[in-house]
Amino acid sequence: MSGAASSPNARPHHRVTGVVSQLGVLLGAVLLWQLATAGGDSPFFPTPVRIVTEMWRMWFSGGIGTLFLTEAAFDDVLPSVGRLLLGWTLAGVVGVGLGLLLGRSGNALAYIGPLLSFARSIPPPALLPVFMVLFSIGFKLQLVTIVFGCLWPILLNSADGARSVDPVKTETARAFGISRASWIGSVVLPGALPKIFAGLRISLSLALIMMVISELVGASDGLGHAMMLARDQFDYAQLWSGIVLLGLLGYLLNTVLSVVERRVLEAVPQ
Amino acid sequence: MTGTRNEPTTDGSGGTVPSMLEVSDLEHTYTGQQEHTAIGGVTFDVRAGQLTCIVGPSGCGKSTLLRCLASLIRPSGGEVRMHGEPVRGVPEDLAVVFQDYGRSLFPWMSVRGNVEFPLRSGNVPKERRRERVRQTLEWVGLSGAERKYPWQLSGGMQQRVAIARALACRPALLLMDEPFASVDAQTRFELEDLLLRVRAEQDTTILLVTHDIDESVYLGDRVLVLSETPATVVADLPVDLGNERDQIGTRESETFVHLRGEIARMLRGGGGHERPGGTGTTARDTGSETESTSEDERADAEPESLQVEQGSPAREAAE
Repeated sequence: MSGAASSPNARPHHRVTGVVSQLGVLLGAVLLWQLATAGGDSPFFPTPVRIVTEMWRMWFSGGIGTLFLTEAAFDDVLPSVGRLLLGWTLAGVVGVGLGLLLGRSGNALAYIGPLLSFARSIPPPALLPVFMVLFSIGFKLQLVTIVFGCLWPILLNSADGARSVDPVKTETARAFGISRASWIGSVVLPGALPKIFAGLRISLSLALIMMVISELVGASDGLGHAMMLARDQFDYAQLWSGIVLLGLLGYLLNTVLSVVERRVLEAVPQ
Repeated sequence: MTGTRNEPTTDGSGGTVPSMLEVSDLEHTYTGQQEHTAIGGVTFDVRAGQLTCIVGPSGCGKSTLLRCLASLIRPSGGEVRMHGEPVRGVPEDLAVVFQDYGRSLFPWMSVRGNVEFPLRSGNVPKERRRERVRQTLEWVGLSGAERKYPWQLSGGMQQRVAIARALACRPALLLMDEPFASVDAQTRFELEDLLLRVRAEQDTTILLVTHDIDESVYLGDRVLVLSETPATVVADLPVDLGNERDQIGTRESETFVHLRGEIARMLRGGGGHERPGGTGTTARDTGSETESTSEDERADAEPESLQVEQGSPAREAAE
């Protein structure tokens, strides 16, 4: 998924060897893990083979009608992914919108800059107890947690991108009487895109973190919830399955975003 | 500026053409930690259809002047009138070509997108917009490059796009800020001729700022010479080179050689004290000894004296 989709002007030969060596390192690490855990026989550290078998059995052994997803997958994985994407998208819309406006209104950013820095510095999990009181356990709590965690990097990066629009382009737009909507949509937004994507990428990782944390403390479904159950039932293979799946999920999402980012920035050359 | 203010521009064709642009006592001081007066009391008129070149030493406030005229900067004093009306905010029928095409073009828009962009904020219907873009690109020799992006074009081509973008607005007044300073000499000649051609065909009023004396004489119907900062108009010279100009022939002509020498001396000395028989030199003599010339002593009486000399160009050119 990842390595093969590298830059188009890289020579095929190098791409192939690059992918092979990357895969080699990965396989080597998994092999070492297998050897270490198979010999140790600790209940807390199941072998990778067991974890993968467990993942397969739990989530991906469904019929072809459900795209091989089991019922548990619908209960555990999909709600988590749904919340993550919804929260991240909401934060993206609000963060980019507010960020662009703030970035272009020099005074506003100067005034509330310290406030933003403070808000960003609060570790979002620290607010979970407050959110729990305010929203009670459930969907709203999870969504708010994810949005709060994702918002700041997107907002600050968008504001930074909007602020750093070339002054010559600003003057050009003013001299030609460009309307305000055109100015934001066709000049500021395209110019700020690289920074916006940087913010979105940071936030995507944060969204995954906030999703798990919110589900660990308050959820009746989702991956975090499944992992808490597994821990309570001393089912360490299932617990590890959740961890590995989260890793895979993060990797997959990041890869997809990278592809989208590259496509968009190709269509909007800087 | 004693005496010269509000005087009609002298180029012999009678004062019937109305003033497109009237600038009176325009001043600008940048405030901040280091206060700096960039332009101090600039007065001149531009008549419709005229190509006026403003030439001045580097860093004399030329760009500030142009930005004040375009209302990109609010001048700290004086007045700018366009079509007889005081200018407040960026005038609608004004277009600007900046020196730095690489930064003034939008890299994410194709050539067509860039040229069309200002029109989309106006109320030109889509069909007419497309037609205008096509026509304007034809004027500047860019037909066929509509779909290309600025980074796929050479510097000269990019500046053509910027010129097309300005012309597509069909501006009453076109301001150009050192438009050809960032391209190589060959391209510069091409673009200069392109500007003259388009201007002859479209009868656009152009105000072009440059630090290049030759360029100002070659292009202009008239050259305004600025002093060092704070800039004031030192001289207002008509350029009697006719409408047909040629990069080789015109630059060899006596009038051209004479004028460029004239301007060069003014820029170097801050005045014309080297000129034999100059009548307006007294104000300069004291200042030029101390090398601090144009700071506080501006060539107040300069324009008249220079125009007197226009009558006898041959002797000077022979130097």
